[in-house]
Amino acid sequence: MLTAEHLPTHSRAAKLVLEHVSKWFRTSSLNVHALDDVTLRIAEGEFVCLVGPSGCGKSTLLNIIAGLERPDRGIVQADGQAIIAAGPQRLMMFQEAALFPWLTVLSNVLFGLKLSSGLSAGERRDQAEYFLELVGLKRFMHSNIHELSGGMKQRVALARALAPNPSVLLMDEPFGALDALTREQLYGDIQRIWTQHRKTIVFVTHNVREAVCLGDRVILFSPHPGRIREEFAIPLPRPRDINSVELARYATEITRVLKGYVQPEVAG
Amino acid sequence: MITRWLVALLFFAGLVVVWYLVVKAQIWSPLLLPSPLSVLDYLRAAAQDGTLWEATLVTVRRLLIGYGLGLLAGLPLGLLTASSRWCHDTIGILALGLQTLPSVCWVPLALLWFGQTEAAMLFVVVMGTLWSLIIATDNGVRTIPPIYSRAARSMGSTGLHTWTHVVLPAALPFLLSGMKQGWAFAWRSLMAAEIFVTILTGFGLGHLLHYGRELNAMDQVIGVMLVIVVIGLAVDKTLFAPIEQFLHRRWGTARA
Repeated sequence: MLTAEHLPTHSRAAKLVLEHVSKWFRTSSLNVHALDDVTLRIAEGEFVCLVGPSGCGKSTLLNIIAGLERPDRGIVQADGQAIIAAGPQRLMMFQEAALFPWLTVLSNVLFGLKLSSGLSAGERRDQAEYFLELVGLKRFMHSNIHELSGGMKQRVALARALAPNPSVLLMDEPFGALDALTREQLYGDIQRIWTQHRKTIVFVTHNVREAVCLGDRVILFSPHPGRIREEFAIPLPRPRDINSVELARYATEITRVLKGYVQPEVAG
Repeated sequence: MITRWLVALLFFAGLVVVWYLVVKAQIWSPLLLPSPLSVLDYLRAAAQDGTLWEATLVTVRRLLIGYGLGLLAGLPLGLLTASSRWCHDTIGILALGLQTLPSVCWVPLALLWFGQTEAAMLFVVVMGTLWSLIIATDNGVRTIPPIYSRAARSMGSTGLHTWTHVVLPAALPFLLSGMKQGWAFAWRSLMAAEIFVTILTGFGLGHLLHYGRELNAMDQVIGVMLVIVVIGLAVDKTLFAPIEQFLHRRWGTARA
């Protein structure tokens, strides 16, 4: 089976194409229309934020791009190839730290490396240490997971996701469970790393400010069924400060539009 | 660390002293409650003429073989019931039912099937261990947060790799408590079997206990009970405690 992970590195034209993607979740008592006719193109090296209230299918879309779920209808492609399985080309970072508590920090980062690369043990180790250094946690590489704070855990998760050199990074509300101060530090980190490595990043959040702070584009979803309603380009220079007035102006505008989509739902 | 040892030591020394004082008070006949000294005398004599060592060896060998067989069958079956709904609805329910059966209930059946043989002993031990192990393993694997598997799949882990590198290590704390429970069940079943079944191929601790009662030798009864307790403790401390400590360190769960 030829999956994206077996493609030679030169064809990493990390461009995601979603056309008319629909998804339903059926249980015995419910039939939820999670995504309705979603069409989206993401350029290589682009940082795209998906924003919307809960139940708008944005996480489902991320899972579909990751290959963890299949759409019921529509086309999903990475580098012109249909996405048929999960793989280290498109790594996922979750809201809760999905780190493995039975491994040390270093072994967690090595987990994905061992699966994806033809590197020798020494090279894998160098790679892992490089990314731990990048997120500022090399000192803790022999620590156990439970010894880390929430912010440190998400940094390790970031290093683990970056280490196998994926062309696409999928982030599902990765900072949602962190306190504001830690989050702001991580906004800085992720912008710095993105500027250095130029991954294609698809970032899901319900925090509009966060989306404006990070994304080249902010894509607005509305729920029941999940649909793309509007797109906003964010031409602000980087690094961006989440507390800047400029940024707040964009966020206010987007929030106003978002409320327009949510309120009728509540009223009805 | 040393103070903890000291506290434990003082506690058990205290128990023996209380025992001694109760005997001294002559509330019960010494035939019913022998003094710690006469129990010690019995143990010394039984150790010197070899009966105690031999019985211990016979019992521990049966236990290890029976428990080993139980593990060998129970762990894979538990993984099977956890991963397939068909197996869960069949083997899982069977295990759940048979687990409620006290292991001593297998003795009559074992005797009729295998006669007074070593096989009957092992059969009772395996039946006592297997079902609870299956259920513990099954529960353990089911309790793993699904996010681990999803994260692993996202990194390209599939099939067997996910099982060996994610599911098994993630389930390890549960597997271990299942193994401990299985061990306790194996111990209980074997003692039941040895007390009820007299066989000529090996004279175990349970038999010593049984004949202590027949001969009204209370020092022997209590002495053998002590040996059984000590073996159980020793196995827990040497076999399971190191793994548990490793798990506590790694997982950051409460320290024992």
